[in-house]
Amino acid sequence: MSRIGVFVCHCGLNIAGTVDVERVTAALATEPGVVWAEDYKYMCSEPGQQMIAQAIEERKLDGVVVAACSPNMHETTFRIACAGAGLNGYMCEIANIREQCSWVHADREAATRKAVAITRSMVEKVRGDEALVPIKFAVNKRALVIGAGISGMQTALEIADGGHEVVLVEREPHIGGHMAQLSETFPTLDCSSCILTPKTAEVGRHPRIKLLTHSEVVEVSGYVGSFKARIRRNPTYVDWGACTGCMECMNKCPKRVPSKFDCGMGESKAISVAFPQAVPYRPQIDRDSCIYFATGRCKVCERVCPTSAIRFEQEPEYVEEEVGAIVLATGYDLFNKALVGEYGYGQYPDVIDGLQFERLLSASGPTAGAILRPSDGKVPKQIVFIQCVGSRDEEKGMPYCSKICCMYSGKHARLYRHKVHDGQAYLFYMDIRAGGKGYEEFIQQGVEEDGLVYLRGRVARVFPEGDGLMVWGEDTLSGRKVEILADMVVLATAMVPRHDARELAQRLKVGTDAYGFFSEAHPKLRPVESLTRGIYMTGAAQAPKDIPEAVAQAGSAASKVLALFSGRELEHPPIIVELIPDLCSGCGLCVEACTYDARSIDPVSRLAVVNDILCQGCGACAAACPNGATVLRNASREQILNMVEALMQDE
Amino acid sequence: MVYAYYPGCTLHQQAAGFRDSTAKSAQALGIELAEMPNWQCCGAVYPLARDNLFGVVSAARNLAAAHDLGQAMVTICSACYHVHKRTNRLMATDQDARAKLDAYVETEYDGSGEVLHLLEVIRRDIGFDALRERVKVPLEGLKVAGYYGCLLLRPQEELEFDDPEAPRILEDLIEGLGAEAVTFSHRAECCGQYLSLSNPAAAHRCSGAILRSARRAGAEVVVTSCPLCFFNLDEAQAELAREDPEFQPLPVLYFTQLLALALGAWEQPWLPAEHQVDPGPVLSRFKLPVAEPAGSEE
Repeated sequence: MSRIGVFVCHCGLNIAGTVDVERVTAALATEPGVVWAEDYKYMCSEPGQQMIAQAIEERKLDGVVVAACSPNMHETTFRIACAGAGLNGYMCEIANIREQCSWVHADREAATRKAVAITRSMVEKVRGDEALVPIKFAVNKRALVIGAGISGMQTALEIADGGHEVVLVEREPHIGGHMAQLSETFPTLDCSSCILTPKTAEVGRHPRIKLLTHSEVVEVSGYVGSFKARIRRNPTYVDWGACTGCMECMNKCPKRVPSKFDCGMGESKAISVAFPQAVPYRPQIDRDSCIYFATGRCKVCERVCPTSAIRFEQEPEYVEEEVGAIVLATGYDLFNKALVGEYGYGQYPDVIDGLQFERLLSASGPTAGAILRPSDGKVPKQIVFIQCVGSRDEEKGMPYCSKICCMYSGKHARLYRHKVHDGQAYLFYMDIRAGGKGYEEFIQQGVEEDGLVYLRGRVARVFPEGDGLMVWGEDTLSGRKVEILADMVVLATAMVPRHDARELAQRLKVGTDAYGFFSEAHPKLRPVESLTRGIYMTGAAQAPKDIPEAVAQAGSAASKVLALFSGRELEHPPIIVELIPDLCSGCGLCVEACTYDARSIDPVSRLAVVNDILCQGCGACAAACPNGATVLRNASREQILNMVEALMQDE
Repeated sequence: MVYAYYPGCTLHQQAAGFRDSTAKSAQALGIELAEMPNWQCCGAVYPLARDNLFGVVSAARNLAAAHDLGQAMVTICSACYHVHKRTNRLMATDQDARAKLDAYVETEYDGSGEVLHLLEVIRRDIGFDALRERVKVPLEGLKVAGYYGCLLLRPQEELEFDDPEAPRILEDLIEGLGAEAVTFSHRAECCGQYLSLSNPAAAHRCSGAILRSARRAGAEVVVTSCPLCFFNLDEAQAELAREDPEFQPLPVLYFTQLLALALGAWEQPWLPAEHQVDPGPVLSRFKLPVAEPAGSEE
């Protein structure tokens, strides 16, 4: 005969306001096998936990039911409390009488009866529960970081400095991400390169960072502590081992192309390195624009290369890396400006986006830092900056605020005024969102010291007028229509997830939000963890954010990885399915039912098997199994039928 | 393919040039427009009130009749197109409105028919590139401002006609005819609409801004598909010229008139009585090449 204790929580008035807690306690006290029942205002508090521990010791309890909030909330808390008193934590079950009862009902009588039934059914469950111990498994203390922008690099450096090897995968041929394209950074106006390039150099030479540029993760299998990643190394058509980085190939290449790194503001070659400070400083051939690949003739680069490093025949290579943790740091794309036809991006050359303006500002950009407009190379004397292009726009763009545009538009306008003293900068804004250390002051300085003209309102249309651009807008503070004949227009476009972020999320089995940003496990308390254990996220791949935030989050993700790597072994909850081999027919229905890849058919025995670590204990395969060969621990068929019976009983 | 052609009231009254140029162009292009029997006025304005369906009863009747003919409805007037297309969508998506309209009109129409503007028919059935090959009188060097107005483009999610912020269809047509499409700022601004009755000065301001912007962009002629836009733009010019001696008049035409001219379907595709600003001086240079030398006297 079991000795079960029942503990009913008032949760202040959250439960007690609708459920007669005393009556629930009294009803449960008379259940067969229940030797102790009591209620308390806050069971999760220290005194509440003490009550449970004391009862376990004094009443020699062998099972505990806590009737309180959802198990998602405090199951772990109560199981630890029980374990502290010497009772196996898995002999403690939670009856959810808050979310599934008191919060959703108004009728006190009916709610009380339902609370009794729910608690009673959990008593039946505990009766059949077995004491379980967590499953221990080894952890491979190498990490994979996907994306080598500022956030990914910072994560990689911190994990590597912590003593563990890191595989850093970057799709582009160089590292640094969008930050490498920026000129100066807000709110200090320090040069982006000056703070970034020491980091790229450090990543490049760190003994514990294995850098794989021009590479993409194409497949991931396994689980926390033991992931296997298949990585495609895209061809550069240059043997980087033989290449010395003399760039004779780039100098002599006859094919000029718009520079992708300069966002089309400048020119590059078909064989090129993106920018002079690129790490690694090695060229690659752009297959789509290379003359040889198009016509079969040219090969100038091959002729001029002093080390014979050109490899036109290169094919993609695949490598496998085994790691224990993965960090996603894939960054962001810019909103498709073709969706806001009224601003004429792509139609009028002097309408550009913020990243293009960064390249004009940059000392290493196509104009060496001079502000020259694309159409005729003239210095623009009137620039209009339009904020919120695609942000906070439910109709055509994204409903969210991209968070950084107020600051970088202010920065753009100030840098412009520092370079063009007789120029005028107008900024159309909806609200100025300058929350951050030194941010509001930065915007105020722009107005007071640099004479920026802020206009609160939207721009309706941009169209060519003479050799300029007419901007129609409104100033909602004065209630007037505004017309500005500008020389150039800069659009602060929304930050959006990478175009292929959803595919990557699917490959890694992590969630995304409605837009395609990776979903964190909890928006406040677990901001860098995904719901898949061992996979973390950082930077703008999770949500729009600026550099300080991306770096802070990188540190957080790295510390999570380091904590994971700190022990010899990892533990996995033991609530998983088991197979009774004698009942299994090898039909494979469990394999179809499993969404975690935890079930498979053994090719030799032709019977189903369970991967203990991948199994999340959802029970879908147990329900699908026609023979009852798969059993979820502590949720056996007998237990469930008993629970159902308890639910059907009258009070 | 035969279409149920809905000309609309204005075409049989003030816009005979629009009507006849449409007929001749369609014939030249092999688009069969069979005028619907017993069609009624579309109501001219799509009501803003959602609970008052009286304004669309007549349109619903026309749509059901076209559906009974088994043909897609084709209109050329922007207002007729706007009202029919939106009413059709209302009947396809709003069960309640459909039930009421069907009960009133005594039909069982469910909004499954198609409503097309002639521009859409040309885009879909012929294509603007192919149109280029049908042109007999290329309008080379003619700078044309394609004026959209309000009714063709918005609301986009209901009309699905073109991008309301960056439309292309008129420009594609103009270029298909060998002319040069000028981009001007006011191509989708309001012409003043019915203000021409209640507050003509305000309507003139609207029309004046459109005409001046087209002129600044270098246009020699403006085309539209809306009889009301036509009226406002054309009629305002005498007044605008009185107010401003610098004002240069700009002839206004329906897009089908340019089409008929370029296709060689109508030698002089306008009726002088219908125009305040005579398009003759701009358009008379485009003539069908004639075989006999006697034909060309200039």
